[in-house]
Amino acid sequence: MSPKLLHVEFKRALDEFELDVNQTFALAGITAIFGPSGSGKSSLLRVISGFEKAVGRVVFDGDVWLDTEQRIDVPPHIRPVGFMFQTPQLFTHLDVEQNLKYAADRAPENATSVTLSDVVSAFDLQDFGSRNVSSLSGGERQRVALARTLLSRPKLLLLDEPLSALDAERKGEIMPYLEQMTNTFGVPALFVTHSVDEVIRLADQMIIMRQGTVKESGKTSDLLERFDISGLTDPFDGSVVVEAHVIHQDRHYHLTHLTIDGQKVSVPSTHPVKSGTVLRLRIRARDVALARERPALSSVQNVLSGTLSELQSDTNSAYADALIDLGTVRLRSKVTRKSVDDLKLKKGDSVFALIKSVSLEV
Amino acid sequence: MLGPIALTILLALTTTVALLLIGTPLAWWLANTRSRLKPIIEAVTALPLVLPPTVLGFYLLVFLSPTSPIGSFWVSLTGTTLTFSFLGLLIASILYSLPFTVQPLQATFESIGKAPLEAAASLRASPIDAFFSVAVPLSARGFLTASVLTFAHTVGEFGVVLMVGGNIPGKTQVISIAVYEHVETLQYSQAHLLSAGLLVFSFVVLLIAYGSNRRYSVRVA
Repeated sequence: MSPKLLHVEFKRALDEFELDVNQTFALAGITAIFGPSGSGKSSLLRVISGFEKAVGRVVFDGDVWLDTEQRIDVPPHIRPVGFMFQTPQLFTHLDVEQNLKYAADRAPENATSVTLSDVVSAFDLQDFGSRNVSSLSGGERQRVALARTLLSRPKLLLLDEPLSALDAERKGEIMPYLEQMTNTFGVPALFVTHSVDEVIRLADQMIIMRQGTVKESGKTSDLLERFDISGLTDPFDGSVVVEAHVIHQDRHYHLTHLTIDGQKVSVPSTHPVKSGTVLRLRIRARDVALARERPALSSVQNVLSGTLSELQSDTNSAYADALIDLGTVRLRSKVTRKSVDDLKLKKGDSVFALIKSVSLEV
Repeated sequence: MLGPIALTILLALTTTVALLLIGTPLAWWLANTRSRLKPIIEAVTALPLVLPPTVLGFYLLVFLSPTSPIGSFWVSLTGTTLTFSFLGLLIASILYSLPFTVQPLQATFESIGKAPLEAAASLRASPIDAFFSVAVPLSARGFLTASVLTFAHTVGEFGVVLMVGGNIPGKTQVISIAVYEHVETLQYSQAHLLSAGLLVFSFVVLLIAYGSNRRYSVRVA
């Protein structure tokens, strides 16, 4: 899928600050718009969709949706946008099938036409047909809403925290469908979230917003590794996602042994996996300690050797950020400035990274 | 020539239909506008609730009488007067019952909120399409309440009707005025018949409205 260009350029006063965006995004797959609550993420989506008025320009794939100077402001129902709200917004006066048909009946004719039977099988809605929408669970409703949105044959999906109203289990149910929307149906999506887990799981690219402006945009893995976003992304204060290969699972201790860049780590087993499977591990900077020498006796099992490739001290705080190069993979570590001085750490040193805990990304 | 009962029902029905046509767009505008005119229009709409019917009737009489510009224009056009005619009664009833249509509808439209309409817009429904395919069905309860209240209120009006329409049997003599006349002429048995009939009818209509409201209950997922 070749990337579609979305140019967004506008200013708009919000309650506490000004939303000021001037950016061109190359959209392919899912692009996360990430930032703390109230940073203007939802307003950005609403301006792109046309639900909120703004002064500026919005151009998608060569089509001008908004150009205040040329007095162009395409109304929301004409913009080929599929919008997913925080709540499913199914029409309660219609049953599931009628909700889907509502979208299908109004969808434009185009070459890559998604049909009712396509979405029914893709979203496993075979048994839903005449069910009343109020009889569905939250996750099921959101699934129907996703299917309905796709049936309107959008060229761009705008997802405004569609998982935020769901509990962890329901989120897990919906995520595969979200991935499928962009993979199977080839529609690029902008996905607003303040959950770093959702970013890691779903988005190849991300946009980081803060106080109404775009601070960073780029590949998710690159951005999550960078230093200067730690202050922007306070909910998780820095972590990396690394790929690890499963060697085997230890039934006795309930541990899964893996390798990262050829070095062994073990994590608590959550579910059975086969040898050779690649798992994604999220390692938070604050869970990584540094040592000059491999500790002889320690409860920390995961000790990886590497090179200190970056070191930044924040003199306004107690902490310093470090990057440890393991070969192809880099870990982040948050240590106190005092320990940096005590250990006389400097860039290029060989160090051991002690990983206190690792969380498995599904 | 229509008796008071048939005339009352005809007047209430035509008033209800006319008010749904006029009141729906007005209520929709009031529910969605950010205009500074909104409170002024809301106050004007609510005036019939607080004004004595005689005041409203007096001004209608002044504006519709054959000596007024509107009244004389109507006479030159049709050869009949607006006052003391069924049409005059209809105009008076529309103004008098306006808040009973507009207020329930406005409340319903406001309770639906923007979200279902934005959902409809994102599914390519034009604003008019979205209004009829989403807003109206979701407002079914509000429409029912507005219709019943308007109908019942028109059936129950007296002062405005008397001022504008007078008491012309077959033309402007509705039930409430017929009751008044029966009482004035000491025909208590006829007064009883009409009064009890109106009482039972009103009760049944309201009972149906309140009873069916539960089945029309609307929630937005």
